[in-house]
Amino acid sequence: MSAIAARARVGRARIGELTLARGLLLALVAAAALFVASELLSSFADLELAEGLYFFCVLAGLTVLTGLSGQISLGHGALMAVGAYGAALLIGEQHWALVPALAAATAITAVVGLLLGAAATRLRGPYLAGATLAFAVGLPALADKYSSTFGGENGLVVNPPNPPSGLGSSLPLERWEAWIAGAGAVIVLFTLHNLVRSGYGRAMRAVRDDEIAASLCGLRVARVQTLAFVVSAACAGLAGGLLTVVLQLASPGAFQLSLSLSLLTAIVLGGLGSLVGAAWGAAVLVLLPSWTRDIANSFSLSTKVSSNMPLAIYGLVLVVAMLAWPSGIQGGVRAGGARLRALVRSRRGG
Amino acid sequence: MRRHMQPARALLVACALALVAAGCGSSSSSSSSNAPGVSATTITFGSHQPLTGPAAPGYSEIAPASAAFFKYLNANGGINGRKIKLIYKDDEYNPSKTVNVVHQLVLQENVFGIFEGLGTPTHTKVVGFLNSEKVPDLFVASGCPCWDNGSSQPETFGWQPNYTIEGKILGQYLKEHFSGKKVGVFYQDDDFGKGGLEGIKDELSGSSIVSAQPYQPGVTNVAPQISAIKSAGAEVLVDFTVPIYTALGQLASFTLGYKPQLVVSNVGIDPTTVGGLLKTFSKGKAGTELIEGAITDGYLPSSSDTSNPWIQLFMKVHDQYDRSAPFDGNVEYGMATAYTLAQVLKLAGKDLTRQKVVEVINNEGAKLTGPGLVPFRYSSSVHGGYGGTEMGQVRGGKIVLFGGPLVTEPSSGAPIKPYSNQQPAPPASGVSAP
Repeated sequence: MSAIAARARVGRARIGELTLARGLLLALVAAAALFVASELLSSFADLELAEGLYFFCVLAGLTVLTGLSGQISLGHGALMAVGAYGAALLIGEQHWALVPALAAATAITAVVGLLLGAAATRLRGPYLAGATLAFAVGLPALADKYSSTFGGENGLVVNPPNPPSGLGSSLPLERWEAWIAGAGAVIVLFTLHNLVRSGYGRAMRAVRDDEIAASLCGLRVARVQTLAFVVSAACAGLAGGLLTVVLQLASPGAFQLSLSLSLLTAIVLGGLGSLVGAAWGAAVLVLLPSWTRDIANSFSLSTKVSSNMPLAIYGLVLVVAMLAWPSGIQGGVRAGGARLRALVRSRRGG
Repeated sequence: MRRHMQPARALLVACALALVAAGCGSSSSSSSSNAPGVSATTITFGSHQPLTGPAAPGYSEIAPASAAFFKYLNANGGINGRKIKLIYKDDEYNPSKTVNVVHQLVLQENVFGIFEGLGTPTHTKVVGFLNSEKVPDLFVASGCPCWDNGSSQPETFGWQPNYTIEGKILGQYLKEHFSGKKVGVFYQDDDFGKGGLEGIKDELSGSSIVSAQPYQPGVTNVAPQISAIKSAGAEVLVDFTVPIYTALGQLASFTLGYKPQLVVSNVGIDPTTVGGLLKTFSKGKAGTELIEGAITDGYLPSSSDTSNPWIQLFMKVHDQYDRSAPFDGNVEYGMATAYTLAQVLKLAGKDLTRQKVVEVINNEGAKLTGPGLVPFRYSSSVHGGYGGTEMGQVRGGKIVLFGGPLVTEPSSGAPIKPYSNQQPAPPASGVSAP
């Protein structure tokens, strides 16, 4: 009896080590790939890469919350604002260094997430959506209300992050920003990759699938859900802090309700519950607006029509994408891959 | 059903997307000349404009009007053999969008310079970037005193009179004609509104300003501010507002039964724009009558002054190239700035570099002429635009200027003097050298 238990323990430890090792390897590969990509890209594409990377941070957190723990949040744009203003105040007013400021912004947002998460455990479905929606609508108004601290609509401006002199003076600022955002994204990737495969990840899935069954198994449902919210909020806070560093600005205009809604749209469009889906979602958030703008400008329409076209095209893309790939881009890619494999196999068979 | 995540794939996707983005990014046009955005036959400028969003009513007409004027010049042979091209992108008057749009224009579209970037809260966020990249940042469409700093921002130039100069001239008029009256100020909570407030305070004693209420652009309920000004007993209401907030403020006053003497900065009073907004907001119940009698100022001839040869020129260009917009103060503004840019390019000559254009404005900017009623203040240290305004009033739904142009400096205590030089007539075609 005890021998079996001991063997089971050893087995578990080995799997744990394996997950950790795989996570580390993955993080290293990701960092290397991002480094190579940033070197190949032009300055503006580096800036877009940096934007995509901070969006990846928040989307990865949100997809864990919604896809894994089954809670919906329409308030992640506001959580990003918490991180962004935290970082802007710490860097701009308190003159903190970059890394501690970003860490503190993440921690502050995690605390806000704890409060929000504690309330969220008592709410379900549309009520939870409503509560987080209220948060998204209300929070940016604080910047106007306390404009002497938060700068009102004008926002808070921070100085651009100076690349270390050891890297040479020719390093473009945009590439350095992409590296900073890339470091954040790799940390998020590593953390969430491990979390998903840990006992906590399993607990979250259990709670998502059947709360009563999960609590009968001895899981504390409220605690698991709150933890998911805290992790997700921390990711959003880091994303907000990175946004401040990349744009050198925290202003309410960046965190309107539409941001929260488009974050949720992006994880659904990308493929709910998967980190790959989060990467697709980030790409959509960054690239789609400029593509729709270019498409709108390519027709010679009157200014009034063409300036409102991007939004219409965006809506059209959403409708078409959801009709074509109901389980998101990643779902479409998977289905396509499966069909391709089946085709190859049948050819071989024939 | 596979629910667990596959980060390795996420990575591959991310890399693939990054490469796609790189491919898209490298499509910008290369130029034969050594300056970015200049070819043998064209010069390209970029701009960020509120084509949608809270500042769009009225202001969205400005860049198309500039583009129309460039089309007119291009049809007349361009400037030094080059055609001027203007790429303007929507930033929704949202500072975080401005940052993105301007980076795209400079890094991807490879423009020669930024022209007429609109707005104080927006443009302040890109001045640092443009100056560190040494990109000419010409004729910002905002009167913020913050553009007027040639030593720390050598690339950035304002164009319209700065708000402190305007506030001083409005303030002097109030002192002379409404002495002893209580004054309330309704202003945008940024350097635009604060600059104007500063100018007014410079001329009026502090005690006569009984209430100064800021608003945040984007927050549409302004009844609290207007009722605070009303309850402070202000008999004169001074607005440092963009057109939509002039309209919202007047509607709130109307609802509250508050009828002070209205005074509005020239950026927020174009009667066509404000009247149209009032009509839309009130569903046709109100219109320009709510701003009738408002006191304002202008540094260009009134757009309704059809006897003025500059207005005649602009109307001709408007009819030919920009007919979908109404001919109003915004269209006039866009064409007037376009004329100034064209004159600078003409002076800079055939061999264009970014540095040369900036030097031309530093050295010869004060001599530039055009539709302005007052002279420019440009020098290597002073980068503000026009040095004064003329008082005006909304009469019969049109702005009528009176009393002659006045000039001053933004510094506190600098005297306000009349300016008597005559406005030059526009050239028969194209641009004339000053």
